[in-house]
Amino acid sequence: MTDVNPIFDSGTRLSGSALVCHRGGRRVFEGLNFEAQAGDFLSLTGRNGSGKSTFLRLITGFLPKSSGAISYCRRGEATDFLVSDDFTLVGHQNGLKPSFTLRENANFYYRLMTGSAPAAERLKIAADIFALGPLLDEPVQYFSSGQRHRSALMRLPLVARQTWLMDEPTVGLDADNRAALAALIQHHMACGGIVIAATHDPMGVAGRVLDMDQFQPNIEVGDDLDEGWL
Amino acid sequence: MSHPSHAQPPSVLSVFIALVRRDIALAWGQGGASLLALGFFLIAVSLFPFGVGPEPQVLARIAPGVIWVVALMASVVSLDRLYQADYEDGSLDDLVLSPMGLVGIAGAKVLAHWLSTTLPLAVAAPALAVLLSLPDAGYPVLVISLLIGTPALSLIGSIGASLTVAVRRGGVLMFLLILPLYVPTLIFGVGAVDAAVTLGDPLPHLALLGATTLIALVVGLAASAAALKLALE
Repeated sequence: MTDVNPIFDSGTRLSGSALVCHRGGRRVFEGLNFEAQAGDFLSLTGRNGSGKSTFLRLITGFLPKSSGAISYCRRGEATDFLVSDDFTLVGHQNGLKPSFTLRENANFYYRLMTGSAPAAERLKIAADIFALGPLLDEPVQYFSSGQRHRSALMRLPLVARQTWLMDEPTVGLDADNRAALAALIQHHMACGGIVIAATHDPMGVAGRVLDMDQFQPNIEVGDDLDEGWL
Repeated sequence: MSHPSHAQPPSVLSVFIALVRRDIALAWGQGGASLLALGFFLIAVSLFPFGVGPEPQVLARIAPGVIWVVALMASVVSLDRLYQADYEDGSLDDLVLSPMGLVGIAGAKVLAHWLSTTLPLAVAAPALAVLLSLPDAGYPVLVISLLIGTPALSLIGSIGASLTVAVRRGGVLMFLLILPLYVPTLIFGVGAVDAAVTLGDPLPHLALLGATTLIALVVGLAASAAALKLALE
């Protein structure tokens, strides 16, 4: 597996300070500070609706932040967002086309991200991590939900990116595959990768915890209601 | 240590081509929209001789309009899932994270839609023109006008599809949004064929049709990209 991942820049650092995010007129979180450096594992915990997925979409730049600052440094350059060719996102949805085989889905994903086709060997190694090797040439529509989820996780070892963002990565995984995911994350951290995962379950990986509940806005103040329209 | 993913920046063109090829494969694959649109086109046009009667003069008079109107409808039928399928299964996020940019995504998807769905309509049109006894002089201009005009159908439809991407059952809403915008394309397309049939000069109509398509190219891609950006929030 060591030939799959390169050693990443050890100076990469992602941080945010005093972040506030609104969605649909509601303040999701406020005063959020976080920091992640090369080799870090950051797990986001908190109640449903505490803004874990929102936080992930905020740092990827899909959602605009209401206030606060994000800083991302890599290879000596600083930007105020996570650069899109530097991370892999595994969200709630799997991003798989049911009529395509797993190999076609993975090939397309790799092409989309790198512009070239993956070596068959690389694809096989990535698939075998989650025991998907025998399913590579099966259409995804016949997969169980756990198999689909593992197929989505397969993109992590497939495309070499320093930062991995995951939304509920352990949902629907059996014990063996949770262990495989934990081993994969540990290997990625050892290579200097950054892993940020929103999760309700213990991942089996030592790292820092960002409890989203502590950034909940104080509703009693009533400032989450936009009074401008009244 | 080397860093393979940054050794050479990914070629935007090869990513673009990969998306076009994937969308064409999806459109012609299982559950794809292209065969449905083509079938709708063939069946809807062949209903007209039953509806208005078999007199060749009447059919020949309405042939250009019928073919163009049904082509518009067939293109709309196939457009409502243009972005929605990717939005629902999460692959729209992946597309946005690729090096293409939103305009590139809209361009690739529109090109794929045109190649897979609206271009076959233009190819099938002469066969249906026979059914409607279009005069011989009309055939070349019918095909040419469809070739020039159908990219505008895909481009304008892309605006509607991207605006309604997050709307459940957004198909009817999309119909209402984009059919009025199809009117210039319809007028100049039918005008060109009518001119050819009456032995007039179709060239001014074709030029205006081409201008409509060029405007749709500029406005359609930018508007689709802006609407997709909103849908991602």
